[in-house]
Amino acid sequence: MTDLNWRPGAAAARAHRARLNAELRAFFAALGVLEVETPLLSAGAPQDPALESWRAWAPDGASGYLQTSPEYPMKRLLADGAGDIYQLARVFRGGEQGRRHNPEFMLLEWYRLGYDHHRLMDELIELVHTLAATDARWHRPDGDVLRLSYRDLFHDELGLDALACTSEQCSAAASDAGLDLTGRLDRDAWLDALMSLVLAPRFPSDRLTLVFDYPESQAVLARPSESSPGCASRFELYWGDLELANGFHELTDPEIFLARRNRDRARRASEGQECPEVDPFFAAAMLSGLPDCAGVALGVDRLLMRLLGTQDIATVIDFPWGRA
Amino acid sequence: MATYSTSEFRGGLKILLDGDPQVVVENEFVKPGKGQAFSRVRLRNLRTGRVLEKTFKSGETVEAADVMDTDMQYLYTDGDFWHFMVPSSFEQYAMSEAALGGSAQWLKEQDVCVVTLWNGEPLSVTPPNFVELKIVQCDPGVRGDTAQGGTKPATLETGAVVKVPLFVEEGETVKVDTRSGEYVSRV
Repeated sequence: MTDLNWRPGAAAARAHRARLNAELRAFFAALGVLEVETPLLSAGAPQDPALESWRAWAPDGASGYLQTSPEYPMKRLLADGAGDIYQLARVFRGGEQGRRHNPEFMLLEWYRLGYDHHRLMDELIELVHTLAATDARWHRPDGDVLRLSYRDLFHDELGLDALACTSEQCSAAASDAGLDLTGRLDRDAWLDALMSLVLAPRFPSDRLTLVFDYPESQAVLARPSESSPGCASRFELYWGDLELANGFHELTDPEIFLARRNRDRARRASEGQECPEVDPFFAAAMLSGLPDCAGVALGVDRLLMRLLGTQDIATVIDFPWGRA
Repeated sequence: MATYSTSEFRGGLKILLDGDPQVVVENEFVKPGKGQAFSRVRLRNLRTGRVLEKTFKSGETVEAADVMDTDMQYLYTDGDFWHFMVPSSFEQYAMSEAALGGSAQWLKEQDVCVVTLWNGEPLSVTPPNFVELKIVQCDPGVRGDTAQGGTKPATLETGAVVKVPLFVEEGETVKVDTRSGEYVSRV
């Protein structure tokens, strides 16, 4: 019997993807942002407990990690004086598969010198509107963008202080919202649950929503906020309830970076997660000095889903995992 | 006891939850880019039939439910229990009316049904999709009305009441779809 899975599954989206890639490159060319390429395979990987790296081995025993994002090598380029840069990069994340996830996907990541996260949010919105307007067949988000701080969002929708609430208060708010959740969650996991399962589904479906100034416990590589104590200068973009992009006013302090990395490794160890090898070069690049900049990564496959109005990521990827 | 992790949840998987056997209808993976992953699962309780939505932290494990579908022949009812037999082994099982739910009205002696066993005890019975049953009572049809497609209630030998076309008469045998409870044809 012939296995029908040989056939690529996204014929209807194929030309749209090519067009989108071309428009993205044109957008950055017009701004004078340089396209760069960095390796898919690296000797080390981020320690972020929420990301699982794919590991690759060669027959001679050499091994490495497939990148979860091009962030580390792109920041090494920034530290080397490369200036404003962008990349369309294939990235890999273990254990992530579903209607909105494929373990291999396309990230658009870019960095702007001298920007803070608010200025980069403006550029991100301009990018999405510009792209959506280039093809008459594509869906366009409402021109009116919803901008909310993380704290205001949690306070207004759930009556919670996102910086001070306990796991028990989060759990009670989840129950009130009809969420029946099994498993022991710490405070940050509860905040994630409320964001992904309660709040994002309430975002207006045809609008872009920006959420900014996340609790410092969720800073990742964002710098501590000066205007909002206890927060980090991090933001996310949603189109309807679909998370499209994550960005930072980038952390440049190497001491804070090292402290967060140690905390992440300790957390992985305590949760029984494997700790990947530490990237051997990134900390040194931070020590040598990352310029003041903001950066953001946008899921290109998801953007294409929204532009085409489809609900399953497999509709825009010819060879999703399982057929790849 | 076998367990399943959330990453193994697929439609049709039978798990034990809150003391009841439940079947996974749908499992959606939800994860913020920089945060905790979850499985949002729709489950049907195999004992009560209720469908509910539950969310699991990714990586949670649940016990497998020892649930098995077995073809059995319906033998007879003694008024309190309905008796079934596995044709190959002659093993017999008895079910109460409460456990049968609405299935009792479609059971005709000798018909083969699917009996769902949980820990070796019958949990529910699924009658054949189509059954042929004799009409034991219905009013005479009115000639000339057949073109209008009118219907009348007919009581079948098992006690079920179905709507049949006016031209169908008492004493005839009809084919019924047990999933919808609708008349299909005369036999």
